Amino acid sequence: MTEPTLTPDQFRAPPQIDTLERLGLAVGALGLIALGAGFLVDASQFYKSYLLAYIFVLGVPIGSLALLMVHHLSGGGWGLMVRRTFEASVRTLPLMALLFVPIVLGMHELYEWSHADVVARDPIIAHKAAYLNPTGFILRAVLYFVIWSTLALLLTGWSAKQDTEEVEYSKFGKVSAPGLLILGLTLTFASVDWVMSLDPHWFSTIFGLWFLVGQALTALAFTIVIAFLVSREGRMAQVITTDKFHDYGTLMFAFIMLWGYLSYSQFLIVWSANLPEEIPYYLRRFGNGWQGVSLLIVLGHFVLPWLLLLFRRTKRASNRLVGLAVFMLVMRFMDVFWLIAPWVKQGAFGVHWMDAAAVFGLSGLWVGVFCYLLKGRALLPVGDPYLPEALADGH
Amino acid sequence: MAEIDQPAALYGLMAEFTDATDLTRAATTVYADGYRQIDAFTPAPVHGLAEAMGYDDRRVQKFTFTGGLLGMIGGFGLCYWTMAIDYPLNIGGRPLNSWPAFIIPTFETTILLAALLTAGSMLVLNGLPQLYHPVFNVGAFRATASSTGFFLCIESTDPKFDLARTRALLEGLHPKAISEVDA
Repeated sequence: MTEPTLTPDQFRAPPQIDTLERLGLAVGALGLIALGAGFLVDASQFYKSYLLAYIFVLGVPIGSLALLMVHHLSGGGWGLMVRRTFEASVRTLPLMALLFVPIVLGMHELYEWSHADVVARDPIIAHKAAYLNPTGFILRAVLYFVIWSTLALLLTGWSAKQDTEEVEYSKFGKVSAPGLLILGLTLTFASVDWVMSLDPHWFSTIFGLWFLVGQALTALAFTIVIAFLVSREGRMAQVITTDKFHDYGTLMFAFIMLWGYLSYSQFLIVWSANLPEEIPYYLRRFGNGWQGVSLLIVLGHFVLPWLLLLFRRTKRASNRLVGLAVFMLVMRFMDVFWLIAPWVKQGAFGVHWMDAAAVFGLSGLWVGVFCYLLKGRALLPVGDPYLPEALADGH
Repeated sequence: MAEIDQPAALYGLMAEFTDATDLTRAATTVYADGYRQIDAFTPAPVHGLAEAMGYDDRRVQKFTFTGGLLGMIGGFGLCYWTMAIDYPLNIGGRPLNSWPAFIIPTFETTILLAALLTAGSMLVLNGLPQLYHPVFNVGAFRATASSTGFFLCIESTDPKFDLARTRALLEGLHPKAISEVDA
């Protein structure tokens, strides 16, 4: 069998992506206007809501970067078919760096260790001041974004070049192997800086990996939604087949289990030790109204999707899988909310209207930019040397 | 069975193919022709071959689920019964039914029994262990079925089986060779 040569023009984004782009930008604009108004009313709440939304949205590009590098190392048709989705996501990382600026500006509202008088009063925070200080926080954030953006732009740049000319294949792997290690380390530090240090007394060594797996799950759920939208008709419908959705469903199942395993490991260790510097994390989240959110996450982020994904049909029927992926995106936000809100709110359970404005504003804007980037290139890396084989054999 | 026109000691007809693609195509044709008592033999797993023969046996998954359920109840029951009823032990002032600590053994026994019942039921439903199988009467099968040969066997118990017509059908599929399999 001779395969006809594939050209980028055969795989252009369908109208669904235009619709999603307009929808994203419209929702984003409304959300950001509301959030801007909120800033004038209550700047402190603005920063708290913004951090929440930012960490949630960051999951897609940063998780996609991890999945993209895993794909470059492992190979396989599952990754080739959605590589351009991963790539459009990671190309937003420079934008995410720009969107990080409000968190730097709101540092004093969010992180108590950034106040010199708190450090002077509290010997534990004082001992951590060599790491947890405003200058280090900013320098490290710059370093993370430089590293992540470099990895993203290198890999996606070569991939785009591959559409029209020959690119040495081993380059992708040579960047991805150290890249994955570096991403694991930098994201662990970033999770400590941006999230864990909200309570500078608390620490957990499994936190970085747990955070990374959660972000990768966000990225995977989002990628399933996009894979569904682009494969409604045309040539992509023959590319992203039932078998591919089965693969994505299985992968999501694995990430949900890994997330559950890491969450439970952290809980079991803290619960068993019952130490005064560790247990407040759970005491805070098991009372004052937060217990409802905790229960929702156990059931909605683990038990329900786990049971549903046991069934073959959930993975193979793409409309069921995409429904579950949308649900998982909501649960991912709940998980980030459960992680950050009890710390920044310092009290009983509550949702501020600015939380909603921030999450709709930031995700809308991000989705709009993502769609714009996705449309700019072919939906399949047509120049990849393994693509014909992957298309022929259905793996 | 008392057919007159075919030897009673015939297990079936076996065709050998050069590669997995030919075999899958042949299996699809034979199945579409109405044959159901068919089996394929390959040295390595072939994607799509089972589906091509209309294979849709999901009995093993029920055993897996039962095993998982038994393991879960058994594992948690063991922890609960020993720690809270039979030999109550105060560990660091925690409640006797300290369920968070029981989850790990419960998880392990769930996986253990699910895996054992999966493997065990798969073997039993496959008819293993089996000391004699007629397909090994074919010399080429003995020689290459585990290395380079791809075989399709239509059994004589199939209601559509007719030595001459079935042979003609197989010949039309461009096999490397066709052999009669003695029972």
